[in-house]
Parts: sequence; structure tokens; C-alpha cells
Amino acid sequence: MPILQPGSAAPAFSLHDGAGHPVSLADFSGRPVVLVFYPFDWSPVCGDQLALYNELLDEFDAQKAQLLALSVDSTYCHAAFARDRKYRFPLLADFEPKGQVARAYGAYEPHEGCAERALFVIEASGVIRWSYLSPMDVNPGADGILKALESLS
Amino acid sequence: MTQLTIAVGADDHAEGDASAAVTLVEYGDYQCPYCGAAYPLVKQLQKQFGDDLRFVFRNFPLTQAHPLAQMAAELAEAAAAQEKFWPMHDWIYENQEQWSGGDGEELLGGIAAVGLDAVKLEHALKQPQVARRIKADFNGGVRSGVNGTPGFFVNGRLHQGSPQALAQVISRLIDR
Repeated sequence: MPILQPGSAAPAFSLHDGAGHPVSLADFSGRPVVLVFYPFDWSPVCGDQLALYNELLDEFDAQKAQLLALSVDSTYCHAAFARDRKYRFPLLADFEPKGQVARAYGAYEPHEGCAERALFVIEASGVIRWSYLSPMDVNPGADGILKALESLS
Repeated sequence: MTQLTIAVGADDHAEGDASAAVTLVEYGDYQCPYCGAAYPLVKQLQKQFGDDLRFVFRNFPLTQAHPLAQMAAELAEAAAAQEKFWPMHDWIYENQEQWSGGDGEELLGGIAAVGLDAVKLEHALKQPQVARRIKADFNGGVRSGVNGTPGFFVNGRLHQGSPQALAQVISRLIDR
């Protein structure tokens, strides 16, 4: 299944972040959400990609948008990764059933057993406004996300 | 194909002539080890291509990953007020291993090493345009598709390969 396309309703989810707190998509209802699926904590491309987004939290804030990043890693792994890299946004554990949320968004890679490198911008009403699937080994940057967020306002 | 959205202009820090066949723009983070590794490569390219190459440096500090990157960028930008941007830029990269693990004291050693007037520098550092420029560089880089550092653009086009592959790309453009 290809990744969900613009115009689709964003599937609801509730997962735990690195601190063990539940985080639901519905928690951010009324605000845009930037949803970032990535393969694995600690992998080089993922680290660079998330480091870039970590620098852009002010930009996302200015658009009232919430950044959420998801991988199949566990909450303890997320906590260690976030602490080491000083990430200031939630890393959600799509851990059990493994990759369930990634599958719902069409962003699961069954052979590698991980999420694809997929980006979604969800508008305040809960509809996907923009989505992008990047090759596993390519850091997609942030220009597409920022353009999509600006198109909302 | 990802393009440079902010054209190279008079405000940029540039080495080489605007009429050069090739303009190489680097989005760099002073504390990034990969940028440190690319620094001698860029020098080598400048030597190899001479007047055919213009080099432009723009700031792309990943401040959460590299706690001294912003301070280093500010030092270089403030040094520009004394016409010493490039000496400061070069000193920072040439001594990256010495200051990178420290608390900033070693980095400040660059002020004397480059022969800057410390009082003037301190004044320049307080000017809001220093931080504003770094932020503007960063934002322009993000818009242009820079996804990490160093991010290179050759004649406005994002270089997707390794820094080592730059020589080949540049020489092809010059031979055209």
C-alpha cells in the first residue's frame, strides 16, 4: 500500500513517548501536526534528519504546528536517543503491535521491519494536506514540510 | 532537483570573483566534524580551480547538536566588521579539534590568534544583525533543501554526492 495521500483522513492513534506518557493525535486537534515516520533511532540518516527538525521547532511553533516523530523503537530506546541528541519534541514508540500506526499510514517496510521515511502534514481538521515518501537512505530535509505548513494559513 | 533559493549577492562572504565559471556555496556548521573534514577539501578545490571558482560560506549551525556552533558563527560574523571574516572562518575550522570539546574559552582564543581588536569585536557581537544574519542563512538553507552539514551547492544546484566528488562536478562545469 502506498503512503496515504492528501485528502485522506489521518488515522487516529495513541502511543507512548520516551517518558512513557500516552500521546494521541487527538491531543492536537485544532492544530496542524507534522508527522515524521523514520526507520530507527541511532541510525545516521535519521539522526541528521531529526537534528534538522529540532532546529526548526520555532518555525513549527510559528505555524502553531506540533511535530511528532515515530519509529518502531521502544520507549526506553527513544528516551536514550532523545537525551543524547537533545531532541525537544516527542518520539513515539510504534512498538506493539509493531508498526501498527506506520501500517495505517501506508508507511511500513515489512522486509526491514521498520517504518519508512515518510512525512505527513495534517491540517487542523485532521485531514492529510501533504505527504512525502523519501528513499530510506535519503534525508528529505524540511523544505517540503515548511511549504505545506504555509499553504495551510 | 533542489535549487538554491537565495541567490549569491553582495552581502555574502565570498572568496574569488563573481565572474568565475563556478560558484560553490557551502552551508556549514563550525562545530560539525564533517564540515571540519570538508574544510581542507574546499581549500584544495580553490587551489586547483583558481580564478574559475568562487567560494561562498553561509551559516547552518545545528545548535542543539553542537553547543558551540552558534558562538563560532557569531565570532566569524562579528570578525567581518573588521574585514577578518575569512581569517576567523579559517582559524575556527583549522582548530576545530582543539576547541570543540571545550566550554568556549579555547574558541575565544581565535580572537587574539587572528589579530582582532577585542573591544571592537565585543561591540560587533552585540549587534542584533549578527544573530539575524545567521538565522537568515539557516532559514534560506532549509528552504533550499539543505538537510545536514556541510550542504554544498554548485552553481545553484544542491550537490547530492560526497564532498570528495565536488572536484569532478566543478571541472565538468568549467570544461563546458
